[in-house]
Amino acid sequence: MSTPEATRQAPRVDVARNLAARERGGPGFVALLRTELLLALRRRADIANPLLFFVTVLALLPLGVGPEPALLARLAPGMIWVMALLATLLSQESLFRSDFEDGSLEQLTLAPQPLYFAVLAKVAVHWLVTGLPLAMLSPLLGLMLNLPPGGYICLLLSLLLGTASLSLIGAVGAALTVALRRPGLLLALIVMPLYVPVLIFGTGAVQAALDGYAYSVQLAILAALLAGAAALAPLAAAGAIRISTDS
Amino acid sequence: MSATVCSPPVLQLRRLSCERDGRCLFSGLDLALEAGAAVQIEGANGSGKTTLLRTLIGSAGDYRGEILWRGEPFPRALPRMRSTLLYIGHQAGVRRGLTPLENLAWYGASERDALAALEQVDLYGFEDSSCQQLSAGQNRRVALARLYLPNAPQLWILDEPLAALDVAGVSSLQGQMACHLARGGAILFTSHQPVALANLQHVNLADHEPAGALEPWPGEGDHEYA
Repeated sequence: MSTPEATRQAPRVDVARNLAARERGGPGFVALLRTELLLALRRRADIANPLLFFVTVLALLPLGVGPEPALLARLAPGMIWVMALLATLLSQESLFRSDFEDGSLEQLTLAPQPLYFAVLAKVAVHWLVTGLPLAMLSPLLGLMLNLPPGGYICLLLSLLLGTASLSLIGAVGAALTVALRRPGLLLALIVMPLYVPVLIFGTGAVQAALDGYAYSVQLAILAALLAGAAALAPLAAAGAIRISTDS
Repeated sequence: MSATVCSPPVLQLRRLSCERDGRCLFSGLDLALEAGAAVQIEGANGSGKTTLLRTLIGSAGDYRGEILWRGEPFPRALPRMRSTLLYIGHQAGVRRGLTPLENLAWYGASERDALAALEQVDLYGFEDSSCQQLSAGQNRRVALARLYLPNAPQLWILDEPLAALDVAGVSSLQGQMACHLARGGAILFTSHQPVALANLQHVNLADHEPAGALEPWPGEGDHEYA
């Protein structure tokens, strides 16, 4: 027996532990989450792009439509929501791309652990680096657009819930188009109709708050959409990934 | 039927045909891979080697014939087969944004095991540099380091493992493959180079070409897209 083989035989305890880890099935959810976060933090430009888009477009808005405070206040909730939606969509295209190209997406499909959790980890990190900062920036942009005082909390809450749904829904489109070299508009066409309910209830909540009504119903619906998306979208994305890698 | 008697082969193919883009690549492929044995798949470029491997790992589902894992037919056997599978494809599954050490950790290796494995593939000293900065051959070695981890899964399916490796790398890998066979592993791999392994079976896909080279895939268009 050769020497490397002999050294491999030595650590018996490790063998048992590793075997147990293997029975449990590949990298755990926490390990996946940590790796994805690490990768995301190393690609800072990818994090900055959607945020810059969001801020730039909304900063240009008063230049385009004129600086009347009343007009801006009327436009603010809708514009902030639409721009948050577009910023999320922009960042979604690359969600699975590099993993697809380097083969690690295929390795994930082979892991005994369900692909559902791998997708959920990727989406959670995507939300942490795009949706969460977008929502956190929104009060500042509300201030820039003269959003009336009653709307801030509702804007923040609705964006926190809404962007998470958008990330989840967008993952399905990203998974479907990952094998295409230039998904471009196709991703938007697939995902946009599914984004619409989130947009309607998100802007509806802020509008209700501004008009002085209770907005808990709209937030509850957004939360329900999020719960539905969290349960179903990773499943659909996992199925789409299996189709995309089978080619 | 007789294959399931006492210890069925790790992987058995019966009259397997595969297609790609509506074209039949090979047909009537029979093969039995026993524990402790290796199979080298040969064939010209485009003859279906990669498609065969991707069919065997369950990534490509368009085949006819039977695939049995330890006597259990596909696709029912797939989940349990995958828990004993180590697959390294053309795209090796090395994430460019991570270091070699983090890549191996992603595959479930402890830090000590990962360091030992990286040392064996001659990447000692590179464990903390980003894979982005490593050469193609070095990235290949990061993927192959998975083969040097202790208690690697039993079944190895490797697509061109020797590609992009230097002479020393090739001989080290052959040694590792021999080790794996000695401890009851099974290896199925494609390669254009001769590989020195005891207990090695050669399968040339050119011997299994379908009757007409462009024979249409049966069933295509009849019901699939109807």
